[in-house]
Amino acid sequence: MTAGKVEEPVTYGFPAPLFQAIEQKGRPPGPLFRPGLFRSPIRGPWLTSVFALVLLVGLPIVTITGLLSYAAYEPRFAENAFPRDVGPLRLPYFAWPTDPAWLYRLNQGLHVSLGLALIPVVLAKLWSVVPKLFAWPPARSLSQLLERLSLLLLVGSILFEIVTGVFNIQYDYIWKFDFYTAHYYGAWVFIGAFVVHVFLHFPTMRRSLKARSMRAELRTPVSATRPEPMDETGLVSPDPAEPTISRRGALALVGGGSLAVTVLSIGQTLGDGFRPTALLSVRGQDYGDGPNDFQVNRTAGVAGITPELVGTGYRLTLLGGPMSVTLSLADLFAMEQHTARLPLACVEGWSTVQTWTGVRLRDLMALAGVEELDRANVRSLERAGAFAQATLSDRQVRHRNSLLALQVNGADLSLDHGFPARVIVPALPGVHNTKWVDEIEFFA
Amino acid sequence: MSRALTAFRATYGASPWQVLGMALTFGLALVAAQRVYEADSESWWRYAIWFVGAAVVHDLVLFPAYAALDRGLAGVRAALPRMAPSTVNYVRVPTVLSGLLLLVFGAAILQRGEVAFTPASGLNQDVFAGRWLLITAVLFLASGLLYLVRGRRSARTA
Repeated sequence: MTAGKVEEPVTYGFPAPLFQAIEQKGRPPGPLFRPGLFRSPIRGPWLTSVFALVLLVGLPIVTITGLLSYAAYEPRFAENAFPRDVGPLRLPYFAWPTDPAWLYRLNQGLHVSLGLALIPVVLAKLWSVVPKLFAWPPARSLSQLLERLSLLLLVGSILFEIVTGVFNIQYDYIWKFDFYTAHYYGAWVFIGAFVVHVFLHFPTMRRSLKARSMRAELRTPVSATRPEPMDETGLVSPDPAEPTISRRGALALVGGGSLAVTVLSIGQTLGDGFRPTALLSVRGQDYGDGPNDFQVNRTAGVAGITPELVGTGYRLTLLGGPMSVTLSLADLFAMEQHTARLPLACVEGWSTVQTWTGVRLRDLMALAGVEELDRANVRSLERAGAFAQATLSDRQVRHRNSLLALQVNGADLSLDHGFPARVIVPALPGVHNTKWVDEIEFFA
Repeated sequence: MSRALTAFRATYGASPWQVLGMALTFGLALVAAQRVYEADSESWWRYAIWFVGAAVVHDLVLFPAYAALDRGLAGVRAALPRMAPSTVNYVRVPTVLSGLLLLVFGAAILQRGEVAFTPASGLNQDVFAGRWLLITAVLFLASGLLYLVRGRRSARTA
C-alpha cells in the first residue's frame, strides 16, 4: 500500500462469502486490471466533476430537443412520426407551434450541433473515470454490482446515441437497423440511467468542485501541476507519473475539440453565408447560386418522379369538402399568390431559408368548401417513400404563411424541390413539407 | 427504524434510495427494450449488439489504443532528455484533434455514406478525405511552428 492512501476497512455486502471469494480467489481478466496501471497525475474527482458539470448542463438540452423533435412530427396523427407506437415513452401530446417559424430550425440545430460538440466531453469524462472500470474486485456488494450494470446502460446508451446520430447525419446506415427506433428508444434508456446517476452522484460532484478553485487551476502551468489528494473516489493515482499537461491544458484540449467539431459543421445549420465553413459536414456543400440551388433532401430521381408525371396532365385534388375539387397548375397560379420567407429545417440539423411563393393552404381549404378542420393529409405523387404523405394540424393549415408553394426565389420549383407544388409550413420538420403534392384531404 | 436502515446498508451496501434508482434505471431500460422488440422483432439483436458493442469497443479498443499511443509518445519524449515532458503536447494536441475529427466525420471522410447520400441530395462525398488531410496538415504545421517559436525556449529553461 502506498503512503497517503485513505485506508478503509474492507467490508462485504450480502452474500459476503461470494464477494470475498471473488476478491481473494478471482483473477483479474486482463492487463488493464493491473494495479497502478493508470498513472495520470491530473485524474481526480475535480477534473471528472468539471466534465460532469458540462454534461449535466448539455446532455439534458440534447435530450429534450430530441424529444421535442419527435413532438414536432405530430405523433398524435397516425403515420406521422417514427417510431410509430411509442406507448408511454413520449412527452404529452401538444400542438406543435407554427411561431416562430425558426423554432424547429433552432431545435434541431441545437440537438445536432450540441450533440456533436459534447462528444469530446463524453470521451474525456470516460477517460477520467477509467480506473474505476478496471478496478479489482469488480464489486464488494450487491449495490455495487447493480450500479456497475446500470453504468453499462448509461455508457452504452450515450455511446449508442452518439454512434447512431453521427452515422445518420452522414447517411451511413452501417448498423442495418431502423435509425428512428434505435435513436428514440436508446434515448429513453439514457434518460433513466442519467437521471439516477445524477441523483446518486450529484453530492460528490458538488463537493469535488468546491475542493479546488477553477480560477486557480486556470493559472496553474504544467510545472506547478500536482495530483489531487487521495480520496475514496479511487480516481487519483497512488503512483502518479510526471505531469505532461496541466489541468487547464486538458480542459483546453477538450474544449478545443468541441470547438473544432462545431466550427467545421455548424455552417450547415447557420446556412447560407456560413455554409462553406462547414468543411466536414456533408450538408456544408453548395449547389450553386440559382433560385433552386439549395439543399435537396430527396431527389426526383430516387422518388420516381418523372417530367411526364408532372406535365400538362398534372392535377391537384382537394378532398374532404362537399365534393372533390380538381385544379390544374394554371388554376393554382390563377389563385391569390402569397410570398413568405421560411426555413426548411431537417431532423439531421441542417437548414436553409428561402423565399417561397404559392397558394395559402387555408385558401385551398376554403375552395374545397371545408369549414371545420381537425387535420389535413397531404399526399405526394411519390408513392413509396416513408414521407410520401404527412398530416398537418389545424393550426398548421390555417397559418397565414402556410403555403402550397409553386415558386421559390421567383422561379418555378425545380423537379428536385417538388415541382409543380410542394408544402411549406412555418416550424415544420423538413420532411413533412411534402413535395410533388397531388392530393390534400381535409378532415373535420 | 435507524437500526433497520443500518442493517440494510450493511447487507446491501447502499441506501434504499439507491435500490429505487436502480429499479427505475433497469425498469425504463426494460420498457424501451420491449418497445424495440415489438417494433423490430426480426433484428432486435442488432440493436443489442450495437448498444453493448459501443461500450465494449470504447472500453476495450478505443481507450487502450489511444492510451497506448500516448504512452508511446511519452516514451519517445523520454528518450530525448533535453526536451521538457510537456513537449509531447506539440504532437499530442494535433493528433487528438485530427483523430477526433476522423472519429466524428469518418463516415463522410471515408465516403461510407455516399450510397444513400447521392440519391438523397444529388451530391457526393468526394471532398471530405482531402479536407480532413488538409486540416490535419494545418494542425501539425501550426503546432510545429509554435514549437519552433516557443517550444525550444521553454525546453531550454525547463
